[in-house]
Amino acid sequence: MEKFVKHEGLVAPLDRANVDTDQIIPKQFLKSIKRTGFGPNLFDEWRYLDEGYPGQDNDARPKNPDFVLNQPVYQGATILLARRNFGCGSSREHAPWALMDFGFRAVIAPSFADIFYNNCFKNGLLPIVLSEEQMEELFQAEAANPGLRLTVDLEAQQVRTPDGKAYDFDIDEFRKHCLLNGLDEIGLTLQEADTIRAYEERRRAREPWVFAEHVNH
Amino acid sequence: MAGKTLYDKLWDAHLVAQREDGSALIYIDRHIIHEVTSPQAFEGLRLAGRQPWRTGAAVATIDHNVPTTPFKSAADITDETSRIQVQTLQDNTREFGITEFGIGDVRQGIVHVMAPEQGAVVPGMTVVCGDSHTSTNGALACLAHGIGTSEVEHVLATQTLVAKKMKNMQVKVEGDLGPGVTAKDVVLHIIGVIGTAGGTGHAIEFAGSAIRSLSMEGRMTVCNMAIEAGARAGMVAVDDITVDYVKGRPMAPTGEQWAQAEAYWRTLVSDDDARFDTVVEIDAADIRPQVSWGTSPEMVVAVDASLPDPQAESDEVKRSGMLRAYEYMGLKPGIKVGDIPVDRVFIGSCTNSRIEDLRAAADVAKGRKKADSVKQVLVVPGSGLVKKQAEQEGLDKIFIEAGFEWREPGCSMCLAMNPDRLQPGEHCASTSNRNFEGRQGNGGRTHLVSPAMAAAAAVAGHFVDVRELG
Repeated sequence: MEKFVKHEGLVAPLDRANVDTDQIIPKQFLKSIKRTGFGPNLFDEWRYLDEGYPGQDNDARPKNPDFVLNQPVYQGATILLARRNFGCGSSREHAPWALMDFGFRAVIAPSFADIFYNNCFKNGLLPIVLSEEQMEELFQAEAANPGLRLTVDLEAQQVRTPDGKAYDFDIDEFRKHCLLNGLDEIGLTLQEADTIRAYEERRRAREPWVFAEHVNH
Repeated sequence: MAGKTLYDKLWDAHLVAQREDGSALIYIDRHIIHEVTSPQAFEGLRLAGRQPWRTGAAVATIDHNVPTTPFKSAADITDETSRIQVQTLQDNTREFGITEFGIGDVRQGIVHVMAPEQGAVVPGMTVVCGDSHTSTNGALACLAHGIGTSEVEHVLATQTLVAKKMKNMQVKVEGDLGPGVTAKDVVLHIIGVIGTAGGTGHAIEFAGSAIRSLSMEGRMTVCNMAIEAGARAGMVAVDDITVDYVKGRPMAPTGEQWAQAEAYWRTLVSDDDARFDTVVEIDAADIRPQVSWGTSPEMVVAVDASLPDPQAESDEVKRSGMLRAYEYMGLKPGIKVGDIPVDRVFIGSCTNSRIEDLRAAADVAKGRKKADSVKQVLVVPGSGLVKKQAEQEGLDKIFIEAGFEWREPGCSMCLAMNPDRLQPGEHCASTSNRNFEGRQGNGGRTHLVSPAMAAAAAVAGHFVDVRELG
């Protein structure tokens, strides 16, 4: 997994609540069996005026000039400002994959849907929760100064503006540790293989039916 | 010390290790796998040279992008990318020795229909799947929730998940449900009350006499949409209905183990003195048949209501969401639900494709005809076994005589990954779970309803109150 320590980048504002994962990456693009290549179809139904399908030449498609990510000032954006309940809906990890593939490294919102939030951490995308008031300040600061850049400092758990304003955020210790070091979670868990086996023995004694082998081929 | 909730008990029973940093390792009993969210996980295993920890814990099937017209092999799937996913799952399950109910197997179906039906999910289990509607399985007093593909790989490799305990929420629905009011109406009403983020960070236990009065199918419908209320997991405590449902299923315990299992399962209820972080109380008498009007499941009203006025909404973020939804849906505040025309109808999905759902739709369709203005009515059973049962009961004939189409099992138009989809601007009465923009096809407009309400809309050509059909 890609490490996340500190990131300075261009901010893009997505001023709508309840952005669902069907919007982040529509279902027709979930048919890929890879983890990469979803960036050109991020927010597909909002970004393009035609209907997207896999394998298209996306550069040749008509773009929606009103959509934020199509505006010149936001080209190269790496930090997304969003509203409440971002990432609601399906469990598709294609959503954080698409955001990462597009170039985003962090999403800042007043709240996230649980599964999406969890999926971000597995991929080096940092979801940051700030209060509704703080988000409003950031949206307003960005509106007053399009092209705003922010610094996201995971070590210090801070989002900083160029004029020195700092917003502290909370993050789970384990998740922070994994992100800072780009750790492979499976490898870490397998270090506890003996503990898992011991647990299985206890469970097997108590609920043997859970471990029954069913041959259904 | 306060007693434990059902969720507390399930969590404690699966705790492998509690780490100092607050995270925990929990054991996963059942892992359900489908073709869309698993290829990258199997690829990850291969790249790391890892083997599945316990292949017997996993069970796979194809559902998300299978056609609902008959097909005999993967080669018959015309959409190339769908065909590759179906083929890839078959290859992966064979390579790693995982049971798959594949093409032509009567057990094939929507993951959350197939698993309880097979007894692959029994009370007291932790159940995960790379699909957010895994919460459905919580109806069997399981801790069941959706996971992402990285976690699918983690569960395959370690049989555990790194997790943090959620908060406890109880949604209590007391009283008798009125005639024509179904499990779907109950859960849509709940979402309308608590909102799509109302359950975020929580595991919801659905309780109260109205929930206990529901069949297992109905409880699955309610738990299915816990995620639409923001909660990863929904659940219902064990009672006679749960135990009776599980008994005799192919993968359920038998003999002495059954007695032992049943005794344990009976303990899977919240203690009387258990403490919930959040409690929501709902009077069953307030619930009428529901129809969603907007692009979020919380945008829902009773069938005899008018569409809400955004100007009356004090929350600015909500108001702008409502305005955007009205524009997308091509509707105006103040109109009656009954004035919304219906172009297509979809009866199916992991929410409402079980036998009881098909019976409810057939009850309405019997002796009636699809309205001429309705272009298509799809009836998609949740599994091969549901299809067989429905055909034994003659439901297929009722649907066909009414001008409905009787299809093969799969997710179908719930998410339109297969050829079943809406055209831009079309309104659909749908028994599925999400009315997001474009969910059922680019530009499509979804209205979430119960199976009976969907069949009634198919007959009338617009939404009607199923209680007034007679």
